[in-house]
Amino acid sequence: MSNGDPLLEVSHLVKHFPIKSGILLEREVARVHAVDDVSLTLHEGETLGLVGESGCGKSTLCRAILQLIRPTAGSVKFQGEELVGRSRKELQPLRREMQMIFQDPFASLNPRKRVGQIVGDPLRLHGLASGDALKRRVQELLDRVGLSGEHYNRFPHEFSGGQRQRIGIARALALQPKLIIADEPVSALDVSIQAQIINLLEDLQDEFGLAYVFVAHDLGVVRHVSDRVAVMYLGKIVETSPGAGLYERPIHPYSTALLSAVPIPDPEENREREPLVLDGDVPSPVDPPSGCRFHTRCPWATDVCSELEPPLVNYGSGRLAACHHPLNLKRGALSKATISEESPAGAADALPSEPGKADLPVGA
Amino acid sequence: MPGGEVPLHLDLSGSAVGLEGVEGRSPWYLAYLRLRRNKVALAFGGLFIAIVLFCLAGPLWATHVAGTDPNTNHITDTIEIGGEETDVVAPNGTPLGPGLHAKYLLGADQNGRDVMVRLMYGGRTSIYIGVVAALVTTFFAVLVALLAGFYRGWTDSALSRFMDVIWAFPVLLLGIALGTALAVGGLKLGPIVIAGDSLWIPILIIGFVYVPYMARPLRGEILALREKEFIEAATAQGKGSWRIMFTELMPNITSTIIVFFTLNIANNMLLESALSFLGAGVQPPNASWGTMIADGYQTIYTAPHLTIVPGLMIVLTVLSLNVFGDGLRDALDPRAKIRLES
Repeated sequence: MSNGDPLLEVSHLVKHFPIKSGILLEREVARVHAVDDVSLTLHEGETLGLVGESGCGKSTLCRAILQLIRPTAGSVKFQGEELVGRSRKELQPLRREMQMIFQDPFASLNPRKRVGQIVGDPLRLHGLASGDALKRRVQELLDRVGLSGEHYNRFPHEFSGGQRQRIGIARALALQPKLIIADEPVSALDVSIQAQIINLLEDLQDEFGLAYVFVAHDLGVVRHVSDRVAVMYLGKIVETSPGAGLYERPIHPYSTALLSAVPIPDPEENREREPLVLDGDVPSPVDPPSGCRFHTRCPWATDVCSELEPPLVNYGSGRLAACHHPLNLKRGALSKATISEESPAGAADALPSEPGKADLPVGA
Repeated sequence: MPGGEVPLHLDLSGSAVGLEGVEGRSPWYLAYLRLRRNKVALAFGGLFIAIVLFCLAGPLWATHVAGTDPNTNHITDTIEIGGEETDVVAPNGTPLGPGLHAKYLLGADQNGRDVMVRLMYGGRTSIYIGVVAALVTTFFAVLVALLAGFYRGWTDSALSRFMDVIWAFPVLLLGIALGTALAVGGLKLGPIVIAGDSLWIPILIIGFVYVPYMARPLRGEILALREKEFIEAATAQGKGSWRIMFTELMPNITSTIIVFFTLNIANNMLLESALSFLGAGVQPPNASWGTMIADGYQTIYTAPHLTIVPGLMIVLTVLSLNVFGDGLRDALDPRAKIRLES
C-alpha cells in the first residue's frame, strides 16, 4: 500500500431510490436503500475487492462513485476533488482519470459501432488523438489487451464474450485512467476465460499503476486480485480487511457465512468443515431490518443487534468490522479497538462489550 | 502476482490477414444479405420503384404522347378512333373509355381530361405527399422518442401525454377536421403562411396525425436501450446528452425507423386518398389518386374506369410498400438470423 493522500475517498455515501406512486401527482411511498452510508478509501495502485450477495448494492455503489447515478448524500473525493454535485460538464475533465469495466460484455458495447470506433471514441472525445495517430493508438490498445490491431474494423457481434470483455478493457484503458472500477468483470465469462481476463487486469495494473475497485460475488476471484476486501450486506459495509486476514479470521458473522460457502477443492476437507448456512433470503432493501441489518439471519444475534446499529470498529492493522459480537479476535484486540471514522452516522457509539464466540450457538 | 502474458490472438476468419484487417460484416450488410434472399419482398420493392418511375414520366407522356396537361378540359373535343370521329365526352355525359389510342389511353373523365395523364400526375402528388409526410412524421417521432426515452421523468410525461391526446382521435376524423379547417383559411403560424390549396396542408396534417403511432414504439426501444451498459460507458467517458442520443442511441433504432418509414408511406397514401376523396386533402383541380376517385364515383356505373384505374394504383402502391416493408423488417430484425443461416 502506498502512503500519502488516497486516490479515492468515499465518505458516508448514500443512494436511495424512491418508489413513486400516484397517477398525476406522484408521491414517494417508499425508498430502496441501495447504498446506505458507505465509506471507503483507495490508494494509487491498490485493489479493493468488493463482495456481497446479489442486490446488496455493489453495482449501485460503483455507479454512484463514478457519478453515473447521482448519490442521495455523502461525498466522493477523487484526487482530493469533490465529485458529488458537479454538473456533467464539470465532471468531464475528471472522467479521463476514472473508467469502468462492465459486467455484461454483450450489453456494454454498442452493436452498431466498429471496434475501432468503440475504443477510439473516448480518445476523440477528449481530443487526445485523431486521424492516423488515433488508429495507431487504438491498434496498440487492442494489441495490449490481447486482441489484434486487425480487429479494428470488426463489429462486436463478431467476437466471443471474452474478446468483447477485452474490447471493454481497451476502451477503459484508452484514456489512461488512474482508477478503474470493474463491476463483476468476469462473472459473465467461462471459468477458463475468467483467469485470462483477471491476469490481464493484473498485468495492466503493474504496467500502468492502476487502482481497481473490483466487484465480484466470487470470493476466490476477489482473494486472488485484492489488496483489501470490503464485504457488503444490504447497502452497508460490514467488514473491511486486508485480503489474507479476512479469509483466515473473519470478524463479522456474515463474512464467515460467505467464506463457508466457498467450496474447497479438497473433497475431504470440504466434507469435514462445518459450513455456516444462512437461513432465508436477504431482507428487502425497501424496509431494511432495524439495528444490525444482518440480525434477521445471524445465528449469534441477540437483543442488542435488533436495537442498535453496530458501529464500524477499527481493530487495528486495517481490519474494520461492524458487529456487536465480533468473532476471531486476538486476545486484547477489543481493548485497543476504536470506532472508525468510516462508521455510519446512525450507528451506536459503544464498542462491542465482549468478543463473540466462534462456536455456533446451540440449536443453530 | 501469478499469470503473465496472455496469448490469445484469435482470428475469426482463420486466415492470415494484412495489417488493415478484415472489414467486419456490419449489421447493415447482414441485413442486406437477408433481404437479398427474400425474392417476394424484392419483387414488390421493384414494383414500387416502377410505379414511381411511371409517375415521374408524367410530363414526358403529357407533352409527347397525350398532348395535353392534366388539368385542361376537352369536353367538346373529338378524337379519331379507327377512322371515326368520336366525342371525348358523349352528349349524354358519358366520357370516353380506355382503348388503344395514344390520346386517352385510359379514357377521359367527365370534363374530358386525359385519365392517363391525370393518373401519372396524380400519382406524383400522392407519392410526394406520402413520402414527404412520412419524413415529417419520422422527424418528429424520432425527436419525441429520443427526448422522452432519454430524459424520462417529466419530459417523458409531458410528451407522452401530448402523444396520447393525438392518439385519442381516430386518424381519419382528426385528418378531416384539420383538413376542412385548413383548406378554407390556410395555415398561419407566425411568419409561416401556407395557402389553403397548397400541398403542404395535407402533408402537414398527415405527417402530424401519425406521429404518435411511430413515436410510441420508438420511445419504448429507446427506454430499453438506455438501460444498456454501453450508454453508461459513454457517460463514463464524458459524452454529452445530445452526443449519446445521436451517436449511441440513434444508430440502434435506425433499422426500426426505416421499416416504419416504408410502412408509413403506404399509410400516408391511404389517408391522403381518403382525405382527398372527402375533399379535405388535395384541392381541385390538382390531381391525386384520391381526388380522381372522388371525381369519378358518381359515374361509377357508366364510366367505371374513372374509379377503378386510380383505385388499382393505390392498391398496387400500398401493397408493394407493405410487402417490401415486411421484408425489410424481417431482414433488419436480428431474430431473423436463424432463418438466414438455416
